[in-house]
Amino acid sequence: MALPHIMERSAVTEARPDRSPAGSAPVISATDLDLTFRTNDGPVHALKGVNLAIGKGEFVSFIGPSGCGKTTFLRCVAGLEHPTGGTLTVNGMSPDEARRARAYGYVFQAAGLYPWRTIGGNIRLPLEIMGFPKAEQAERTRRVLELVDLAGFEKKYPWQLSGGMQQRASIARALAFDADILLMDEPFGALDEIVRDRLNEELLRLWDRTGKTIGFVTHSIPEAVYLSTKIVVMSPRPGRITDVIDSPLPRERPLDIRDSRAFIEIAHRVREGLRAGMVDD
Amino acid sequence: MRALGPVLVVLLALLALWYAAVPVMNVQETLTRAERAGAVIEPASAVERRDMASIGLALRNAGQLGEAWSLERPRLPAPHQIAAEIWASTWDEEVNGRRGIVQSGSFSNRSLVYHAGITLTATAAGFAIGAVLGILLAVGIVHSRVLDLSLMPWAIVSQTIPIVALAPMIIVVLYSVGVQGLLPKAIISAYLSFFPVVVGMVKGLRAPDAMQLDQMRTWNASSAQVFWKLRLPASVPYLFASMKIAVAASLVGAIVGELPVQQGGLGARMLAGSYYGQTAQIWAALFAAAALAALLVWFVGWLERRTLRAMGGPA
Repeated sequence: MALPHIMERSAVTEARPDRSPAGSAPVISATDLDLTFRTNDGPVHALKGVNLAIGKGEFVSFIGPSGCGKTTFLRCVAGLEHPTGGTLTVNGMSPDEARRARAYGYVFQAAGLYPWRTIGGNIRLPLEIMGFPKAEQAERTRRVLELVDLAGFEKKYPWQLSGGMQQRASIARALAFDADILLMDEPFGALDEIVRDRLNEELLRLWDRTGKTIGFVTHSIPEAVYLSTKIVVMSPRPGRITDVIDSPLPRERPLDIRDSRAFIEIAHRVREGLRAGMVDD
Repeated sequence: MRALGPVLVVLLALLALWYAAVPVMNVQETLTRAERAGAVIEPASAVERRDMASIGLALRNAGQLGEAWSLERPRLPAPHQIAAEIWASTWDEEVNGRRGIVQSGSFSNRSLVYHAGITLTATAAGFAIGAVLGILLAVGIVHSRVLDLSLMPWAIVSQTIPIVALAPMIIVVLYSVGVQGLLPKAIISAYLSFFPVVVGMVKGLRAPDAMQLDQMRTWNASSAQVFWKLRLPASVPYLFASMKIAVAASLVGAIVGELPVQQGGLGARMLAGSYYGQTAQIWAALFAAAALAALLVWFVGWLERRTLRAMGGPA
């Protein structure tokens, strides 16, 4: 499937001077990242000494217990939180510059569709805000709805869709303006296991077709292992990275790959990493 | 339809209570008339009766109270007397009266239709001013902390002053700068109606949660875009809830504004009734005001249903 707009954006990114000739410069790069919230009970170290490089086209999952800073890290990348130490670059820019350049689409845990807009209207929303011409808005809306299998639902209102369909619509909305990074904060956390499996499969297919770089926060070990090329295991107090696992699984992943030996081994290593993080408590 | 039973029971209970109260409230006048007609009243002295409690007096002369429900100038008119007065001052006056719309081509100034029309005009004008003012204030308060701190306390204080005390002064001040007629009444009406709109609209404009605002930031939306695309549509249900309260308050404001002005309207009609001891006329005007209020609230509710349906709500 030809996606001319993505091609254009990618060409721009590739032309950036700071990219190495091999094309392997990280899209997201964090060095000694710290974030300390000041609260009435004293400082809370949400992130401490986080080092991470995410390459173009990678699917990176962040997994860990509550308070480990996985969402906070994603929000830092999005420019929604501001680190108190270290450096963080997105496409070679500061996160705020990247946000203003609309370098990423962000999918929240709740679909957050506006009830007064149709599904099509909700997907057009960021396009309207970014000032795309009307005809292009319609074209892009049609295309991303097809991408998430919601063609024909353009004129429906959110309440007429199931939770899983709503979340797919919200992914379509994040894809509509063709940012080459997709940040997802527990997008399937509120859905049941069956719907979640299906959406995981669809997300992989979508990632394969679009070649986007995806940052994905989750609580679920199978979900993280199934989806990712790289799994970042984190632990709380202070929020930090305890393990980074490069997955040996192939890009092509049928659902039953979860019964394979390799899959179980990675899941085991993730579980070990999570347990190691808890020892300090 | 299943709700019809309970509704009727409450209505009948209220009517029964009213009819039971009528002879007690009107006992002095009724007994005086019965005595003049030759009945023996207990106690016989009118001076003694004057100082007695109404209930005791009514119980001791239970047989002589027949006329209590049909007095010409009762302290408390019976419901059927009020119904008759409403009929006489609406349909009968307009259709058969010399000054009615059938014979003169314009509404009679002795008819409730005419006075309700005057009140409705002032209410509508006041509600429009109040709603627009309320929305503008709310927008300012939501977007500026300075306005929040400097305006909100005044809006609250404004509602603690009894409107009956303030209304004559507003009219006098406006008259002295040459403003009279509809506008002073509309301003008093707006004075009562802007407040619920401010409170509801501030709440509505602040209804979008942190996630929705973060989402707007990820798209690098301007605050104008956040306002038009998120805050304003999200506030619509709150706006209509507060407008239902505001439209009823507008009516109260318009009626209060008509008391000192005395140029027609249901308020003027009530005051005239009390000058001349025409309690039935006061009650008829009261019921007309209540009907008008119900009509206005229903109208806002109808507008609300239409708007929310147009905004994609379940039909």
